[in-house]
Amino acid sequence: MTRHLKVDAPDYDNRLDHMAQGVLGQPLNRLEGPLKVTGRAAYAAEVRPDGLAYGVLVQATIPAGKVLEIGDAPGALAVIHDPRMIRYAAQGMDQKGPKPGPDAVEYMGQAIALVVADSFEAATHAAQNLSVRYAANDVPVDPNTVEAEMPRDKQSATGDLDQAMDHATFTVDQIWHTPSQAAAAMEPHAAVAEWDGDQLTIRAGLQMLSSNRAQLADALGIKHDKLRVLAPYVGGGFGSKLGINAEAVAAAIAAKQLGRPVKVAMTRQQVFDLAHRRSETQQRVRLACDADGHMTGIGHDVLVSNLPETKFSEPVTQATPFTYEAAHREIVHAVARVHRSCAGSVRAPGEAVGVTVFECAMDELAEVAGVDPVELRLRNIPDNEPVTGRPYSSNKLAEALRVGAERFGWSKRAATGSRVQGEWLIGMGVAAAVRVNMLIESRAKVTLRPDGRAVVETDMTDIGTGTYTILGQLAAEMLGLSIDCVEVRLGDTAFPPAAGSGGSFGAASSGGSVYLACEQIRRQIAAVMDCNETDLTMQDGVARAGNVSRPLADVIDGPVSAEGHLEPGKTEKSVRQATWGSHWAEVAVNRWTGEVRVRRMLGVFACGRVLNEKTARSQCLGGMTFGIGIALTEAMEHDPRDGHTVSRDLAEYHIPCHADVPSLEVHFLPERDAYVGPLQAKGLGELGICGAGAAVLNAIYNACGVRVRDLPATPDKIIDGLDP
Amino acid sequence: MKKFTYHRATSLDDVSVGATIIAGGTNLLDLMKHEVMTPDALVDISGLELNRIEPEGNGLRIGALVRNSDLAADPVIRRDYPVLSRALLAGASGQLRNMATTGGNLLQRTRCPYFYDRRMACNKREPGAGCAAVGGVTRNHAILGATSDCIATHPSDMAVALLALDAVVQVDGPNPRQVAMADFHLLPGTTPHIETVLQPGEVITAIILPAPAGGQQRYRKVRDRASYAFALVSVAAVVEMESGRISKTALAFGGVAAKPWRNIEAEWFLTGQAPSDTLFADAANLILRPARGWGENEFKINLLRRTLIATLRDATGMEDRA
Repeated sequence: MTRHLKVDAPDYDNRLDHMAQGVLGQPLNRLEGPLKVTGRAAYAAEVRPDGLAYGVLVQATIPAGKVLEIGDAPGALAVIHDPRMIRYAAQGMDQKGPKPGPDAVEYMGQAIALVVADSFEAATHAAQNLSVRYAANDVPVDPNTVEAEMPRDKQSATGDLDQAMDHATFTVDQIWHTPSQAAAAMEPHAAVAEWDGDQLTIRAGLQMLSSNRAQLADALGIKHDKLRVLAPYVGGGFGSKLGINAEAVAAAIAAKQLGRPVKVAMTRQQVFDLAHRRSETQQRVRLACDADGHMTGIGHDVLVSNLPETKFSEPVTQATPFTYEAAHREIVHAVARVHRSCAGSVRAPGEAVGVTVFECAMDELAEVAGVDPVELRLRNIPDNEPVTGRPYSSNKLAEALRVGAERFGWSKRAATGSRVQGEWLIGMGVAAAVRVNMLIESRAKVTLRPDGRAVVETDMTDIGTGTYTILGQLAAEMLGLSIDCVEVRLGDTAFPPAAGSGGSFGAASSGGSVYLACEQIRRQIAAVMDCNETDLTMQDGVARAGNVSRPLADVIDGPVSAEGHLEPGKTEKSVRQATWGSHWAEVAVNRWTGEVRVRRMLGVFACGRVLNEKTARSQCLGGMTFGIGIALTEAMEHDPRDGHTVSRDLAEYHIPCHADVPSLEVHFLPERDAYVGPLQAKGLGELGICGAGAAVLNAIYNACGVRVRDLPATPDKIIDGLDP
Repeated sequence: MKKFTYHRATSLDDVSVGATIIAGGTNLLDLMKHEVMTPDALVDISGLELNRIEPEGNGLRIGALVRNSDLAADPVIRRDYPVLSRALLAGASGQLRNMATTGGNLLQRTRCPYFYDRRMACNKREPGAGCAAVGGVTRNHAILGATSDCIATHPSDMAVALLALDAVVQVDGPNPRQVAMADFHLLPGTTPHIETVLQPGEVITAIILPAPAGGQQRYRKVRDRASYAFALVSVAAVVEMESGRISKTALAFGGVAAKPWRNIEAEWFLTGQAPSDTLFADAANLILRPARGWGENEFKINLLRRTLIATLRDATGMEDRA
């Protein structure tokens, strides 16, 4: 039996609040944690089927052109050079494979062939020494040197922003730059392909299995039902595993050709070349307000880049239309076609850099207008979404700002440059957090057995976020079981297709389908108990209706299975759905060296129902850490001549490490959002990033009076503005 | 990785002209995986008895195989040569320091990304090929002693402190000798692939520290993140004061050249003077007189100046430490 729900209407019942088990929301440890920390959770590259051969990708050494000839590889089993190999990774939720034809080189580092050998070392050696002859083309690699495309559907204007700027009492008009950024997941991309006749099994690090299967089947020219994709454990994705990449396609082709399983694991350097980067951005922000700090104009004019003929462009302005009030608004979105590596979704695409820059601009407006930055934001929170007039599903920005100010001690913020401790200048900064909320169609199967144990099955992935645990908690709560009695099976396309992990939609989407499956099982049990499902209490393996209590074994005489099927519906459009919060940072800037040390941060977040306080908090800690990275350390450097990524390892690409991350505090505002699905839970994974960097950058300004508009704020960007 | 032979040395006699020495392997293995280095033969000296720290005259003899973490934690080093301990702890990560050796630290190769990337021209990798770093991403490159043939920096923190301490490198081989730290590493000139004075068949067996320098010792490393990053610039300083004047100073700089950098003239200039910002800035200007940027790394000139001033303020007691 399938229980299907299309989210067409708000749901104020909050059924989960009326369940009896009390396990949902609890800060449980990850169910699979012991497997991971003892090395028993096998990631893709750790799978070694009998007869395994090792493939190593060969990468283009020119920025663009044509592969004319590929030489032999002594000591290798084969050089795979197949027109089905893909030029770059698929984008999230694509249903087709990305552009094939590796002979046409579009960027330096593109995979053009695969060398397969009996050992990884031999394959690596042969790949590194393979001779390739090219016909190279001169191509642009710098976004500022080409005429950018202006996709018509990405421009918008209301009122007359130029006039609003001319007539405003206070304005800000500045340009910011953010560099390309890498997802930098800990697990490098890897795939193991194995054929059994015409049946293919691929184990890979992937985030969205059902669309990944469609992409792979399309790329390989096989039918969906001939392909099973497995990704039970994924060592971080951050967007870089939303779509299939070159290694999985190449592994499948090689395995077929050689008649034995083939593994292709990227090196860290290859990950930097082949995983989608977040596009660098140039952002001009124009803000206008009246004498009271009421905003009259908002302009957000962005330039991003990607390869020619690709669809994705960093949605920098995604939150700009609905965060603050202003009658006159303009959004300009330009895309430069350049031959750097492919750009795609990386950690909160859009808001991660868009909100960060916008919130820096808000800080500048607060300063010129002489209004406290918290107060400026409070004054400009719209009642309804500007322009469309749609209501918000919820909007907790004001509460997040007020609660945050209190918890952080915002009133102790001193005048710019006035707080000095030895060599260090101390400052505080604030920023709003905002991220669009999404729901994606999802299915899950739940089976309850008479012995009081349940199994959850879905092709949902857990990319380190805690999905195993929260889905287990949902089933345990709904079915009245202890968490130990629920087994969660994920990451296998043999299970019902789920949303996958991306865009922060995984928990609410996949969780919603588990909820629905459990609700169906509850209905069947209620029928046996002769009561309404809403009058049924399930707790500790016992079903109760009125004064009748029966252990599950007395209620069902065999396993009861149900499928839940959740789909987004009318509330997707009828209201503006978003998650909200506030970021607070205190930093120290060294007055001599310009080094910035974050001393403490607070994030206040409203994301609807929290399903597991520990994993939710961990998500936010990770997001805030990435915020520190965006503000202070992260930059993919491109060579100005050929566009290649110069910083290609984790010693050169600086993710904040422990010493960079101080005490981070996360505070959740209690919330139930009726419009977002049966859990009243919204996306959380990315909210912690959106704006966090702005709090840090604004704190730098408060500390030392330097505005860094060319991110990240490394010492060189700061020292010139400090006293000699 | 290219195939190679592996021999575990039982005595220094096993070190032969044709073999590449491996000890901690923290850098060499990476270079071999990338085929930036492709030795045919490795001789592993890590089993030799070169891992002791013992008195030598009024100073110390540090065996070449003493691990970086052990050296940093040694009580005598911490007491008498704190600048060395601090420099070591400012470098790499705990895991790397547990493997990396004293001798190997001196011989690590530059982290210039163009050196690591075989697609790119590099005179270190392939003499005469050219330098792709010039005109490329140069943020972390040298401002002192570089040439258009090579603008790479030496990545060691330890070596910077050793230079300020006037350490001596004990070299064994056909002609055992001692080489002052200042003379051990070479500037690129037109032969950037020749990085030290070590000849084929020679091996570092120890570092010798002279009698403790005393005074105030500082190691100040400025980098893009708080840990596990190579220096943008670093300063090792040993400063003695007498009656409010600088009586002796030794200053060495990292992250700015193909070798740890020292400028004796600037040290003489400071000696006998009362500390002041102007004095320190003048000393910095002396040191930076031959400095030049190669694009993005231009900022290092100002950063070095500022870092030197801050370090000297601190070491001479001018600065209130927070």
